[in-house]
Amino acid sequence: MSIPALGPDIPIRLFEVDVLAGNVTILDRVSISIGAGAPTVLIGANGSGKTTFLRAAMGLIPPSRGRITWGGREAVPPTRRAILFQRPVMLRRSVAGNIVYALTAAGFPRAQLEQRTDELLSLVGLAGLQARPARRLSGGEQQRLALARALARHPTVLFLDEPTANLDPAATKAIENIVQEVSAGGVKVVMATHDLGEARRLAGDIVFLHRGGVIESGPADVFFAAPATDDARRFLAGELLI
Amino acid sequence: MTENASALHLILTGDPMLFGIVRLSLAVSLSAVLFAALIGVPLGALIALTQFRGREPVVVVLNALMGLPPVVVGLSVFLLLSRSGPLGSLGLLFTPEAMVMAQTVLVTPIIAALARQTIEDLWIEYRDELDAMDVGPVLRVRTLIWDARFSLVTALLAGFGRAAAEVGAILIVGGNIEGFTRTMTTAIALETSKGELQLGLGLGIVLLFIIVLINAMAWGVRRAGEHFAA
Repeated sequence: MSIPALGPDIPIRLFEVDVLAGNVTILDRVSISIGAGAPTVLIGANGSGKTTFLRAAMGLIPPSRGRITWGGREAVPPTRRAILFQRPVMLRRSVAGNIVYALTAAGFPRAQLEQRTDELLSLVGLAGLQARPARRLSGGEQQRLALARALARHPTVLFLDEPTANLDPAATKAIENIVQEVSAGGVKVVMATHDLGEARRLAGDIVFLHRGGVIESGPADVFFAAPATDDARRFLAGELLI
Repeated sequence: MTENASALHLILTGDPMLFGIVRLSLAVSLSAVLFAALIGVPLGALIALTQFRGREPVVVVLNALMGLPPVVVGLSVFLLLSRSGPLGSLGLLFTPEAMVMAQTVLVTPIIAALARQTIEDLWIEYRDELDAMDVGPVLRVRTLIWDARFSLVTALLAGFGRAAAEVGAILIVGGNIEGFTRTMTTAIALETSKGELQLGLGLGIVLLFIIVLINAMAWGVRRAGEHFAA
């Protein structure tokens, strides 16, 4: 896979960002900077704000307060950012049709559609399934197809929302391998998970969220070896944070 | 011969009057469905994808219009096309064009309401992905209509079923003129009132066959959709 030039979207900075849903605070005064390098992994319990963080950082949700910048600029269209949702929706087309759609939406030259589709399907291990209706793939295959579709945009930043939730170990391994390959190719991966094993395997940096706030962030090895906060220690010990 | 046997004889021998009526009926109803689709699908898509003040009452009214009484539509179009009406100068009253117009009015709400529901459901499902792919409004509408095509064809067939089976509207604006505006349903009504049941029964059999065929097509389209676009 070709290495995308580091886009103008990096670093992603959140300044005192609140996201509210009605009267409920989903993200609470989040300030953080996400730079280039190994994957940044968001961890935290259900409802801690991981998904909302990803959607806000992708630019899909405007902050209720505060601001977000991509490469120092606000309101940057997500042309070089992509997101894989926890439950991706397959368009009612074939496997290849889903990729071609994403490529077309991204303005990819028509003459190269077939070659690029084959490249992406090979990358995610779905070569040979081009003609199959996408909705008939298994859960793991759909997740890999959604990943290929996200990569169709040649993103410089790739957001992944619990990409291996509900997958078996083999499918999880396949997704993690792709993530590592993509990350090694220069794409900045920002990923949410509550699988601590996965976080240890993939993370360069950790962002620990609790009740919509960033409790702790920094290099993964430091975080796992010596968490600085009591909440993080309890979370790593497997206690239920409520 | 019994009435039933006579009716079958008319069908099997290809009675020109019977098949002339069938041809006109199909031409009128298919034309009406075509016009209704051209109006109804974009209208349904517009309502499905646009937020505006009063949207919910509009949806309720649109759904209610699916049950428009044909005689009310016939009367309205009659008043529109009558000599003293706003479109009276066109001279369309008691022509097949007037019948197409009446059936278009009748069928458009059905197609628009079903298209609105279909496209809105798909939009709810696709919204996150299309937003994430930064898909523009034109491609978005094209995508939703294309991906909902099997359900939309079912909506068109439902509209055609309504048009082919109605009698009140086209009787009022068409006049049931023999060889010119006489359709299956108006002919059945007339022949029955005259006590001449052979032609009425023959047309009834053909009409039932067409309705069954439409439902079979709707079912087939649905199955094809499940197979090819599951």
